[in-house]
Amino acid sequence: MIRHLLSSADLSKDDAVLILDTAEELLSVASRPIKKLPTLRGRTVVNLFFEDSTRTRISFEAAAKRLSADVINFSAKGSSVSKGESLKDTALTLQAMGADAVVIRHGSSGAPHRLAHASWINGAIINAGDGSHEHPTQALLDAFTMRRHLGDLDGRRVTIVGDVLHSRVARSNALLLSILGADVTLVAPPTLLPVGVDSWPVQTSYELDGALDKADVVMMLRVQGERMNDAFFPSAREYSRRYGLDTRRMRRLPEHAIVMHPGPMNRGMEITADVADSARSVIVEQVTNGVAVRMAVLYLLLSGSTDAESTEAQEEA
Amino acid sequence: MSAHVLRDALVLGERRADILIEDGTITALADSLDAGDAREVDATGLIALPGLVDLHTHLREPGREDAETVLTGTQAAARGGFTCVHAMANTDPVADTAGVVEQVWRLGREHGYCDVQPVGAVTVGLDGTQLAELGAMAESVAKVRMFSDDGKCVSDAVLMRRALEYVKAFGGVIAQHAQEPRLTRGAQMNEGELSGILGLTGWPAVAEEAIVARDVLLSAHVGSRLHVCHVSTRGSVEILRWAKSKGWDVTAEVTPHHLLLTDELVRSYDPIFKVNPPLRSSDDVAAVREGLADGTIDCVATDHAPHPMEDKECEWSAAAFGMLGLETALSVVQLAMVDSAMLSWSDVARVMSTVPAAIGRVEAHGRPLAVGEPANVVLYDSGASRQWRSDDTASLSRNTPYAGRELPGRVVATFLRGRPTVLDGELAEVPV
Repeated sequence: MIRHLLSSADLSKDDAVLILDTAEELLSVASRPIKKLPTLRGRTVVNLFFEDSTRTRISFEAAAKRLSADVINFSAKGSSVSKGESLKDTALTLQAMGADAVVIRHGSSGAPHRLAHASWINGAIINAGDGSHEHPTQALLDAFTMRRHLGDLDGRRVTIVGDVLHSRVARSNALLLSILGADVTLVAPPTLLPVGVDSWPVQTSYELDGALDKADVVMMLRVQGERMNDAFFPSAREYSRRYGLDTRRMRRLPEHAIVMHPGPMNRGMEITADVADSARSVIVEQVTNGVAVRMAVLYLLLSGSTDAESTEAQEEA
Repeated sequence: MSAHVLRDALVLGERRADILIEDGTITALADSLDAGDAREVDATGLIALPGLVDLHTHLREPGREDAETVLTGTQAAARGGFTCVHAMANTDPVADTAGVVEQVWRLGREHGYCDVQPVGAVTVGLDGTQLAELGAMAESVAKVRMFSDDGKCVSDAVLMRRALEYVKAFGGVIAQHAQEPRLTRGAQMNEGELSGILGLTGWPAVAEEAIVARDVLLSAHVGSRLHVCHVSTRGSVEILRWAKSKGWDVTAEVTPHHLLLTDELVRSYDPIFKVNPPLRSSDDVAAVREGLADGTIDCVATDHAPHPMEDKECEWSAAAFGMLGLETALSVVQLAMVDSAMLSWSDVARVMSTVPAAIGRVEAHGRPLAVGEPANVVLYDSGASRQWRSDDTASLSRNTPYAGRELPGRVVATFLRGRPTVLDGELAEVPV
């Protein structure tokens, strides 16, 4: 197993399947009256959040706590970070406190990579979203959710729609889903597809309707209305007309297809309320699955890399 | 008065001779010179080049003396074989008045390691709105001839036109930092396949090329001198080649790092590789090498840009743009251009001394190694090789992108007007 989870591309197919299978086992914990396992007792997991993200933070927090880890939440607001403390000093502080894993959300692409490779800190680094780079645990929970509905993802067709250029979710999903054998189509206006997307292991399309008929999954990405101020598209209305998922478009999907969204949604922009709340929508389920997948990641990264000292600590405990 | 004889030097890497330096001047250049009581310097196997001239150095003084001072920057320059550096204007206060350029010029003279030729700002405060007093800077004791808002682009087409026209009155040149600001807002790295994968905002080649194209046309239109700073893309090279084919008075520089390093290094997210303009693709590197070899690009300039470590030991987007370059320039040029047989050593003298001195209009530098000429000389051991260390520097900063790399060559001695500033590879004591 890998030591850090920085990018979906770090995972082999075996790694990815192992995480998903482990998550499947751990999901059952959530349905027990006592939702807790002793696995990571005595280990410390730090949630280091430089960007506001209540959803992802509480998902990781719940995951770590259900594995009995000690959880420290470190958010940029109200901490020394807002007083100008550097990433390096923050990392050295966490190292001094003995963090076994650091879950980091940062607005700057590559910040988790820096933490993992700059020798400031020894713990496992888990990328919880960095800039417009990646968000690998989101991709894992998306894949997990798809697998529960569709079975093996090999040969399944996944259409991802929206602001691919700025989306870490799209990058992580495109990579992970192709590792798992799915056929991914990215749909966006040309302005919102990155330069060089031709080299990604995906198909692309500028037009949504044609990418729906055979899709097993359609995943809508959040699109910020302010993007129109940078001329990425003319208006929210035009975006919504051309790339939004409404009931009419949803009807084009095959019977078994599911609708996903990483949240938070802009209802009325990329997805209508009718679609978001429809029977095909698995958006709430994604949140539930997020905890199980993050438990699996923490479990595999931390127990996989157990050194003698921490094994001793566990035995004592 | 000091006298040195450089024994058995390879002049321009071509012919073996002794060089006698007396009172700041080359007084003899021949085999087996009788040098009297001149101090002997064994230059066996060492290449003698004219003192190097850099058109693009950031010395940070005044304002950021934590990153570099005129003293430490010129010491680094001397260790790199330079005898004249052009100090860019983006200091604090900005070098946009006669007072600031005279101060910087004087500091260089006082320290004595390397002549400092200040570059004046084109616009007041590098603000891009009002012309600075270019004439006052030109007439000052610093005799400024090169003007640049480097770090920022003179993006306003009218202002650029006027600046080009105005400096004709005193033989000036506008050195443009070609970067269309709207196309590079928030840009972090070369725009290409990799920027998409890494999720870093792309810096498209066209943002440079569009300005280069506009400015060569403006330069031709008003009949004035344009110099393009740090050319980094194939498209820029092609536009310059076309402009030169028209006979237009346009010159250009390339940095050592753009001759050697590519954007692949950004995969590490290590901001030591963050620089403006960004490291480009291997195809762009090939193009700037070809451009330098065929004369489309006139010279090499370091863009030596010191930054304190805290501005590099951080996440990519928070880090400062820029890398050190003075002490590694000759080695990198050897590696990229000479060892690949694209340039000879006399070509190196041309692109790192003669031509930059001519562009900057510094008369006492970039002169041939010949009797009667000022004794600005570098002795360089091209056969040496060493693993570069970030702390092996005279600079106050450590942001070299070459740490851990094997680089060829070593500057053994540098003479500025006959006085050694570097001897046996070490900084010499320079009497104040």
